Amino acid sequence: MCGIVGLFLKDPSLEPQLGALLSDMLITMTDRGPDSAGIAIYGGAASGKAKVTIQSAKPEVDFDGLAEALTQAGIPASLTVKSTHAVIDCDADKLGAVRETLASLRPDVRIMGSGESVEIYKETGLPKDVVARFDVRAMSGTHGIGHTRMATESAVTTLGAHPFSTGADQCLVHNGSLSNHNNLRRELVREGMRFETQNDSEVAAAYLTAEMAKGKDLGEALTGALDDLDGFFTFVVGTKSGFGVVRDPIACKPAVMAETDRYVAFGSEYRALVNLPGIEEARVWEPEPATVYFWDHEKAA
Amino acid sequence: MPVFDLSHTPLRALNGALHGLSTGANDTEFEVVNPRGHHAVAVGIDSPVTVEVRGSVGYYCAGMNDGGTVTVHGSAGPGVAENMMSGTVVIEGDASQYAGATGRGGLLVIKGNAASRCGISMKGIDIVVHGSIGHMSAFMGQSGHLIVCGDAGDALGDSLYEAKLFVRGSVKSLGADCIEKEMRPEHLEKLAELLDKAGVTHAKPEEFKRYGSARKLYNFNIDNADAY
Repeated sequence: MCGIVGLFLKDPSLEPQLGALLSDMLITMTDRGPDSAGIAIYGGAASGKAKVTIQSAKPEVDFDGLAEALTQAGIPASLTVKSTHAVIDCDADKLGAVRETLASLRPDVRIMGSGESVEIYKETGLPKDVVARFDVRAMSGTHGIGHTRMATESAVTTLGAHPFSTGADQCLVHNGSLSNHNNLRRELVREGMRFETQNDSEVAAAYLTAEMAKGKDLGEALTGALDDLDGFFTFVVGTKSGFGVVRDPIACKPAVMAETDRYVAFGSEYRALVNLPGIEEARVWEPEPATVYFWDHEKAA
Repeated sequence: MPVFDLSHTPLRALNGALHGLSTGANDTEFEVVNPRGHHAVAVGIDSPVTVEVRGSVGYYCAGMNDGGTVTVHGSAGPGVAENMMSGTVVIEGDASQYAGATGRGGLLVIKGNAASRCGISMKGIDIVVHGSIGHMSAFMGQSGHLIVCGDAGDALGDSLYEAKLFVRGSVKSLGADCIEKEMRPEHLEKLAELLDKAGVTHAKPEEFKRYGSARKLYNFNIDNADAY
């Protein structure tokens, strides 16, 4: 099964509540998948700055002195530790250097995602525990997506949890299973994409990243996915300013959306949406099969 | 009139009360408030009760209904009235995928739209949709009537047996072995009866087209009867 949720705020006054709203939505979906949970939140972008979310199985060892080590290596950085994850804040032009330097300074550290505004937290376990561990409720932001996993295509590990991030400020959650992911992974590797897992959803994320790197916007990349991905999928995708949804043509994986003047929300089931403010007056609908939906803060302005 | 508030009452209390009614019970008008997308609301009814559900429900609402009258004043998730035996289920809003799947009898009315696979493997149920339906509807339908006042999606009536399909608007595509058929007086009469029962006032029987099985698939050829 898997449960997925997403929330894209139009009304800035809701931004302080994003983490709390999204946490409740995800916890409601717990019985769709108890293996692992993850959340990506977009917010707090500062001009010229970047954030890198990292994860370690031994955080007390790996995160100790890391900020100083990075600074000594010529990358002035600060570190905010949250349990097994930490967020490195640095100058945007050092983003590439951070990755390389981390690989030598802390080879066991994994990068969950990076960009101007995204932070990604994911672990094995139930949504309520994952949300509490990373204090997601206290987070504010403009939009976010979440996932609770019932594993099918790869192992139950932290890296196998969603969201998958394969490009700056991009991430994806998936309900379903892809059948041509091995072939597509080979093609993407040839194009220079790098993969952390054998997971099918990571291939979908990397596909969208590769297509957007060729100049497509999120909507165009999702339209391409309908032709190039084979299998079952409902995807919810985030970019720095955008939020997209697409379902495969068979559309057996459930999806419900709600829109008001204040937000656009996505849930695997209506249950996930019932606590949102003003849901009684929202336009609630089921996204059509093989139809791309996307919203963009920058384009809407 | 028993009222169940699902924001604090467990679902089992509702369904247990519905199943526990003895023959001849008088207090048979139930109300459900705050369903909040709960799964399996009012499943397995086996007596002539009425249930008014004030809000939207999740998976499998009114499944296996046998004789009850369930009205959802909201929308329904996947599998509403799945395998209904008899009775009436009315959805005031929209229904998600496989509404009325495998239904053997009774009447399912959807006042909004229904998503994909509406009436899949229907076996005697009558389904009236005031709006439109999604793809693969009435797949392998065996008997009963599916009436759609709006449009139908792709592959309507694929691998159909003897279910009768009536669509007033456009059909995006017909499934394998499904064809348009002649509308005869008995069909118009049945349409009028079901439209009336379903409270449809905006559509007339003669505005519909009838679709059914061409009976050309492999399984209709008697020479293949012992192939499995």
